[in-house]
Amino acid sequence: MENINFIYPEIFIAISILGLLMVGVFKTNSFNLVTKLTSFMFLITIPIVFLNSTVSMKLFSNNYIVDELSSFLKILILGSSAFALFFTDQYIKKNKLDKFEYPVLITTAILGMFVMVSSNNLIGLYLGIELQSLSLYVLASLNRDSTKSTEAGVKYFVLGALSSGLLLYGCSLVYGFTGSTNYYVIAENFSADNIALLFGLVFILIGLAFKISAVPFHMWTPDVYEGAPTSVTAFFALAPKVAGFGAIIRILYIAFGNVFDEWQSILIFISVASMILGAVAAIGQTNIKRLMAYSSISHMGYGLAGLATGINEGVTASVIYIFLYVVMNIGSFACILIMKRKDIYLENIRDLSGLSKNHPLVAFCLTVMLFSLAGIPPLAGFFAKFYIFMAVVKADLIILAVIGLVTSVISAFYYLRIIKIMYFDPEQEKFDPISSKGVKISLALSTLLILFYFLNPSILNFFVNLASKSVQ
Amino acid sequence: MAYLLVFLPLVASFIVGIFGRFLGDKISQLITCSFVLISSALSIYIFSDVAINSNTYNLKIFNWITSGGLVLNWSINIDTLTSVMLVVVTSVSALVHVYSVGYMSHDPDKPRFMSYLSLFTFMMLMLVTSDNFLQLFFGWEGVGLASYLLIGFWYKKPSANSAAIKAFVVNRVGDFGLAIGIFLIFKYTGSINFVDVFKAIPTLLDKNISMLGIEASLISFICIFLFIGAMGKSAQIFLHTWLPDAMEGPTPVSALIHAATMVTAGVFLVVRCSPIFEYSPFVLNIIVLVGATTAFFAGTIGLVQNDIKRVIAYSTCSQLGYMFFAAGLGAYHIAIFHLFTHAFFKALLFLGAGSVIHAFNDEQNMRHMGGVWKKIPYTYSLMIIGTLALTGFPFLSGFFSKDAIIETAYSSTSFFAGYAVTIGVLTAFMTSLYSWRLIFMTFHGTFNNKNISLSKVHESPAVMLVPLLFLALGAIFAGYAFKDYFIGSQFIQFWNNSIFFLKEFVLHHPPLWFLLLTPILVLLAIPLSYYFFVKDKKSLDSFIEINKPLYNFLVNKWYFDELYDFLFVKPAKKIGSFFWKIGDGTIIDGFGPDGLTKLIKSVSNKAVQFQSGFLYHYAFVILIGLSILLTYMMIF
Repeated sequence: MENINFIYPEIFIAISILGLLMVGVFKTNSFNLVTKLTSFMFLITIPIVFLNSTVSMKLFSNNYIVDELSSFLKILILGSSAFALFFTDQYIKKNKLDKFEYPVLITTAILGMFVMVSSNNLIGLYLGIELQSLSLYVLASLNRDSTKSTEAGVKYFVLGALSSGLLLYGCSLVYGFTGSTNYYVIAENFSADNIALLFGLVFILIGLAFKISAVPFHMWTPDVYEGAPTSVTAFFALAPKVAGFGAIIRILYIAFGNVFDEWQSILIFISVASMILGAVAAIGQTNIKRLMAYSSISHMGYGLAGLATGINEGVTASVIYIFLYVVMNIGSFACILIMKRKDIYLENIRDLSGLSKNHPLVAFCLTVMLFSLAGIPPLAGFFAKFYIFMAVVKADLIILAVIGLVTSVISAFYYLRIIKIMYFDPEQEKFDPISSKGVKISLALSTLLILFYFLNPSILNFFVNLASKSVQ
Repeated sequence: MAYLLVFLPLVASFIVGIFGRFLGDKISQLITCSFVLISSALSIYIFSDVAINSNTYNLKIFNWITSGGLVLNWSINIDTLTSVMLVVVTSVSALVHVYSVGYMSHDPDKPRFMSYLSLFTFMMLMLVTSDNFLQLFFGWEGVGLASYLLIGFWYKKPSANSAAIKAFVVNRVGDFGLAIGIFLIFKYTGSINFVDVFKAIPTLLDKNISMLGIEASLISFICIFLFIGAMGKSAQIFLHTWLPDAMEGPTPVSALIHAATMVTAGVFLVVRCSPIFEYSPFVLNIIVLVGATTAFFAGTIGLVQNDIKRVIAYSTCSQLGYMFFAAGLGAYHIAIFHLFTHAFFKALLFLGAGSVIHAFNDEQNMRHMGGVWKKIPYTYSLMIIGTLALTGFPFLSGFFSKDAIIETAYSSTSFFAGYAVTIGVLTAFMTSLYSWRLIFMTFHGTFNNKNISLSKVHESPAVMLVPLLFLALGAIFAGYAFKDYFIGSQFIQFWNNSIFFLKEFVLHHPPLWFLLLTPILVLLAIPLSYYFFVKDKKSLDSFIEINKPLYNFLVNKWYFDELYDFLFVKPAKKIGSFFWKIGDGTIIDGFGPDGLTKLIKSVSNKAVQFQSGFLYHYAFVILIGLSILLTYMMIF
């Protein structure tokens, strides 16, 4: 118990959730108040996490780990969630989603994610995932008057249950043959000759791949992204991916670290499939949220390519990738939230046509985001891909690098198509003036970071290096 | 001063080219004309300083390339040869600049035209003042560019565009030869500065190299490639086809570039490289052969052409042939002398022709002219002077230079000397014939133009006539005034080692009957052509009728264009279209960009269709993925 101070963030969030619920229940129309309190809670939690960010502690008999990696990812989760809450305020109010449960559900999801990235135990991992997922299911169907939203929620829930079942089955296999749910013990007892253990590994990997929407476990993503309210979609695109990545890194490199050869080919397969499908399927999309869904699928493919290397550079590259991916998505979704005419939010790509004439600054910011997503130098997205490819080549996975390059060329097509629509197609009626400060600030910050990342990439790289060392 | 001379045209070109739109037509013309006039005044001063006082200059502008053994400077190198060229280039250029003010008065793009002219002048000066092969090549390509721009100046005319492209492409063949020549020089002498190369050449006499399966002496290879370059630029036979077509450009351009200056660059190159050519008697013989043949063949074509500018163009081609065979016979100084005098009378003829064309409101066909000599007396008399000078009428400038060439051929011991002398005399006769034909068809006989009435034919303004007057003075007196310096008793001191003679050049005086032969033939041609082209056209027609195949052969310019079209253009087009349609279109595009995009599109459509929206499909896909991975795990 003497080390309890290292899980203060989790404890603080858990208590806050209870408090927020109380406030929400006893006060009518409390959305504004609860949102403010939640934001305040985020503000306090970030420094608490930061305080522990340089230690590496094993808690509860090695079942819970607080180290540089978990702290980095937690801060990223908190930060991205804060943005997701911050720049959607207008949208939430306009679409009558301003129920106090909204911020509370986000907070519970965050608690689940914290457990996911810190857990060193299969049970802990499962609990984290379930806490996160259940919150997300509800969030997806938050707009309960909309059939699309409820459909998205149900689909997500059913498929999520299926994947959880697979994950649990995998956990039970691993537990049955190694005798423990602790990662360290699993690593000790894991033998590549035991086919049942390998099956367990596959089941667990699939459960996790589902969470970060990697192909072929991605089918829910486009439907849920499209159906869920845009504010929720933005959140889906950000924090859960970070958490999923954290969990994957920890379980692969710690629990299954000895059988790298066994899971490398699985990861390569998932990575390649994600990159190709994300690139190819996005071309046919007309809805920008669906397009972002496929975009995120393909980006997950790149992130997994980094993990598939099995070397420190690869993990570092993946964490950098996920960080920049989050920043680019914040900017992109901020732009999507600007697409509003006469108080109706628009989702069709064609609605962007001629944006450069009506809103030159927004068009420029979105262009920066899209160029960066496409990986065009000197924007941050280029470096993200560059590091991944460097690591992949270093690990002698040349074919993976080549496929990555080819798919990034293909995916450049649909990003550039949006830019072409914005700059060269006939202009339409103006969007409504941007009234949300959150959107403006998020867009400005993310654009600046993406634009000027190349000036000093080493700052981020330094922290990520620290973080990724902790799993070696 | 030399800096000013060379760079004033560039400055003028730059100012007018970039800011001409804001400066307006008047100021643009003022800037270019005055700058080039200053330049020409300076060049006359430098000429007197260098040629009379026997000074030479080598001014380094700055270091251009230092790469291993290759050290090159941008420089202004002035010796007698250069100074002669300077006078020719800048003075003709200045007069053409002034003339253009009048000639282009109806053109909307005056600043662009003046800028191109000045740019050309600068490039030509770079060419002649170079002290190394690379700067010469730079100028060589620069004048080619200016020529391309000016031929295609009226870019809305398709014929002008294709003529410009033709000039550029045909010149490329020659330039390729020149480039190879320079490569060879650099490879074997380690330098491309004239001084070093000329010093090294005598040490390489015995060196043989083999190229394309032919083994021959290095010097011969170098010379033949340099000469191919010269042939291209100077429109010698086989590479001459671009010059007549280049007449699509405005007439002042024809006068400046395609008569007086650029086309003589080939002659200049041969003379400049006389220290190399002198060691290759074989190539000198080839030069004689090519030059004499060109002189003859261009003369025959000139006899039957009806476009006034094309007649003069073929005449230019023919005269360039004279210069080449003079150089091939070792009489470099006489070649340059002919170049010098030719610049005056040929520019005069072109500008005079321009004046006629102007008078007839842009009519170039001589059959639609005639009978106007009283209406445009100044142009008429100036054209007469030009014609007399060209044909070598006694004591005009052409007489001294051309007869010197024919005499050289007579007294030469060269292998092709007999051929050259026969052709020289014959071509002189033909020159006289077609020149007077031009005069008679244009100015005499009956008025044949349907588009404009006789009373509307007008004399050109003074701004066009004054330059003509200066050129006429040159055409009359240049030969007499400079013959002693260029080719006479003082030629050794005058050239001051800028031309290299392996053996001392001696001119045996031929017997009197030979001396009189050419002038008599030339004079005889006048009444003859008067009879045929004015007095009794019917006998001419019946003569043509009898010799129809020969006439067709000449009218069609020895079928060179058709031959090249068949040999090069059509196969090239076929190969090109093969690579385009089959190679690029079907194979590369089909399997590359187009095929891939089609593939990606269809895959994309499939992927989108796959996303059915049904929950059980999604679950099915997950399970399929699961079983694939499990199977993989079991097998491997």
